[in-house]
Amino acid sequence: MSDLLEFRNVTKTYSRGLLSRVSTTALSDISLKLETEQPTILTVAGESGSGKTTLAMLLLGFITPTSGEILYKGKDIQTLRGEERMLFRREVQAVFQDPFAVFNPFYTVDHLLSVPLDRFKLATSKSEARAIMMEALTAVGLRPGDVLGRFPHQLSGGQRQRINVARALLLRPKLLVADEPVSMVDASLRANILETLRGLQRNHGVSIIYITHDLTTAYHIAKSIIVLYRGSVMEAGEVDAVIKTPQHPYTRLLVDSIPWPDINRRWGETEIKAKEMELSDHALGCKFSSRCPFVMDKCKEIPPLFRLTQHQAASCYLFEQNPSIAPEKLSDLLPV
Amino acid sequence: MTTAALTQPEIIQPSRLTLILRYLRRNKGLTVGLFILLLLVIFTVYGLATVDLTNAYPISVKGKQPPSWEFPLGTDFFGRDLYVAMVVGLKQTAIIGLLAGALGTFFGVVLGFISAYFGGWLDTIIKGICQILTPIPALLIQVIIAGSLDKRDVTIYTMAFVVVLLAWMGPTLVIRAQVLTMKERQFVSVAKLSGMGDLGIIFSEILPNLLPFIAAAFVNQVFYSVFASFYLAVLGLGPLREPLLGNTIWAAQAQSAFFNNWWWWPLAPAVALVLILGSLALINMGMDELANPRIRRAE
Amino acid sequence: MNPVLQVNNLQVSYYTDAGRARALDGVDLTLNAGEKLGLVGESGSGKSTMALAMMRMIKPPGRIEGGQVIVDGTDLITISDADMLKARLSKIAYIPQGAMNSLNPVIRIGAQMMDAIKAHQDQSTSDWISSAEMEKRCKQALEAVDLRSNVFKMYAHELSGGMKQRVCIAISILLRPKVIIADEPTSALDVVTQRQVMETIDRVQDQIGAAVILIGHDMGLMAQFVDKVAVMYAGRLMELSNVRDMFTDPKHPYAQALIRSLPNLENKGVFNGIPGMAPALLQLPGGCAFHPRCLHAMEICTIQRPQPTPLPGGRIVECYLYSEKV
Repeated sequence: MSDLLEFRNVTKTYSRGLLSRVSTTALSDISLKLETEQPTILTVAGESGSGKTTLAMLLLGFITPTSGEILYKGKDIQTLRGEERMLFRREVQAVFQDPFAVFNPFYTVDHLLSVPLDRFKLATSKSEARAIMMEALTAVGLRPGDVLGRFPHQLSGGQRQRINVARALLLRPKLLVADEPVSMVDASLRANILETLRGLQRNHGVSIIYITHDLTTAYHIAKSIIVLYRGSVMEAGEVDAVIKTPQHPYTRLLVDSIPWPDINRRWGETEIKAKEMELSDHALGCKFSSRCPFVMDKCKEIPPLFRLTQHQAASCYLFEQNPSIAPEKLSDLLPV
Repeated sequence: MTTAALTQPEIIQPSRLTLILRYLRRNKGLTVGLFILLLLVIFTVYGLATVDLTNAYPISVKGKQPPSWEFPLGTDFFGRDLYVAMVVGLKQTAIIGLLAGALGTFFGVVLGFISAYFGGWLDTIIKGICQILTPIPALLIQVIIAGSLDKRDVTIYTMAFVVVLLAWMGPTLVIRAQVLTMKERQFVSVAKLSGMGDLGIIFSEILPNLLPFIAAAFVNQVFYSVFASFYLAVLGLGPLREPLLGNTIWAAQAQSAFFNNWWWWPLAPAVALVLILGSLALINMGMDELANPRIRRAE
Repeated sequence: MNPVLQVNNLQVSYYTDAGRARALDGVDLTLNAGEKLGLVGESGSGKSTMALAMMRMIKPPGRIEGGQVIVDGTDLITISDADMLKARLSKIAYIPQGAMNSLNPVIRIGAQMMDAIKAHQDQSTSDWISSAEMEKRCKQALEAVDLRSNVFKMYAHELSGGMKQRVCIAISILLRPKVIIADEPTSALDVVTQRQVMETIDRVQDQIGAAVILIGHDMGLMAQFVDKVAVMYAGRLMELSNVRDMFTDPKHPYAQALIRSLPNLENKGVFNGIPGMAPALLQLPGGCAFHPRCLHAMEICTIQRPQPTPLPGGRIVECYLYSEKV
């Protein structure tokens, strides 16, 4: 049984300039496996520039890798045609960050839901389509009468995002890429949306890749986590372990800087070492070395992933006494 | 948990008509332009329905008559009833304007879309041609083309064609720019995720959002075409038999109308032209605001 | 202690095609020098309108309809436009959301800072300072926000997001204002940079003794940074408490629901959203704006808006659960 989606040594670089090509590495040698049997929620965490959006775009097939392959059920995404491609499209869906941008301002919000029903032939008649839409809207906590037939600018951000999730619900994809689904939504509504997403995984067998920079929500919803920094994996493993006991210096800095809404848990003592780095940083070796308080000489070579426990690994020479694992084995770390 | 909270009270939005009227009140230029245009249209339509159109052609009535009750705008050297000439002339100007405008806009939309959506070498070629042709003084080329045509071949349709030849680049580049931004919009990505193919995206997702721009480009083209046909006719390059407004002025000038004290002859077409171009210009500027919501003024 | 900022009964409405939206419906606030107040609310609560109203930057179709904003003894609502221009930056400063967009991309940072000072120069008085002196002040401000003084000569695009935001902070402290309003200053920044920027604001505020109003919707940030928290809902101030009380013992039902919905390390997997939606400002419910979603709603809540009730510890709540009327 081949995996649902597989990244094999995927690297994505962008180059600019005509004469002297300047290239930026968005993602560097990432390997990942997502299987169909057990749906899970995996968080890909990172700041802007970490490569998490590039990962999302690659997963959805919107951009192609510079090297490496992305396989869907064993076949390279780029080679899919016709029915297979439609199936891929249907089974891999997304919920994006901006609740407004996903709507075509010319149409009512119904359009967002009716188009996929029509294209994927999920309903045999208009009334059946409408029934499916109403069911999905109710499932996310909206009253269909309140939103159907309205234009996107007539609804609130929270309502719009819930409609987005409803769309994901009615498509019953196998894999859902959620790119910062709640960051532009009010705090009181986030809980609702996250709960719906988790419901998708628990009750409908959808695997979710939750991409975010907000570790608090990641902690709540995900089972496993990959921390990216400038295109490379810094730490990965079970989300409880990584957030409660972060090992990699970068993860420790991140977790320490989370503003927990808890009066007793103050911002940590981890010193933010770097005064800003230059915007085009071509550090060789470990990408974090220029900001790391523990940097050593050997960091000039990219550290491999060192396995710390069964479900936690960090890519840092501080842990070199632990066994290292090949990048291809990344998925083994991640519990389901 | 109170369930009453789940309904949103209905906010009464004012009717579409009220909103349109309020907008017109804010955008005075557009309103005035539309009003003048409306008057011209009524004038033409009424005229076409009531008068004998053959009087617009030479040797129909007594020539060189000043304005009177029988000939409200007078007659010219060749024996045309200038009132009828105005009516027919306006109709023909409308034909040229609309025809050239529609053709220019159509090419602009098709080429702009192809160029922006599919990119690659097609884009490079189309964009390249536009950029090369734009700085070429259109007037010069049009004069050369029109001047080298056999006099008998010149009709209002060939005029429209000559005008479009060097006018299609503008709309192409504008539409191309719009499609380029639109295709990066997230709703296009979502449409792709929903299984839509390229053609579906072009026609159902992007095109409807471009309607304001296409409308603005169309008005712009009409304005330009009317203006171009006018100056070509004034130079004597139009279909001389037809009572085009520019032709009338050219003929009046050729016959030294002012020196001969036939002041009414060039006056009528001049006034008509000021009104047409003025109204089109106002509408054009007004449409600009419509197509570009950022300059829409707040109440 | 004389409060450095006093807002009394501030009212702002927006007149739209669909009617009048009451963005701020009678808000009262007091702030002392050196205090940090967090103004929290969801979209539509009126918190950004508060910031703009205090800076008198409300544009039509919005209008300030009443109330006072007294900074250091002067009511900013009633002074002339020219005086208000002078007051901005010198008495009350504003750090915007999205600093990326508020710095002029074609002018060097230093020139923009100098512009800010020059605009407040009065050449007739003895307050006038030389260019060299101005430049020195700008560089001092840059150092205060932990930027190297060579940033003075750079352009905005050469800086990262966090650095740009810190330049905005530097500009805001140039003239040593009494009140600094920071409107979601870190919303576009990552967690680490956010912490840096907030620590910077903390430090400079201490240095010049200003009061800070932090506007946002991230309660976590409030917990880490402010002394007092004010919760807004539908243009009204529902509760004002010191930060410890707000997080451990919130009084207003809305504040309670908000605190309960926040994810933290202990409540993994538990989601407590607030059902229902915030009301449209065009059609506020009668009485208390929160009553349709409130667990404790009583009949009087639907009829009459509650008055602000003072509670021990300097707290104020707008809720009938605590007023003597019940």
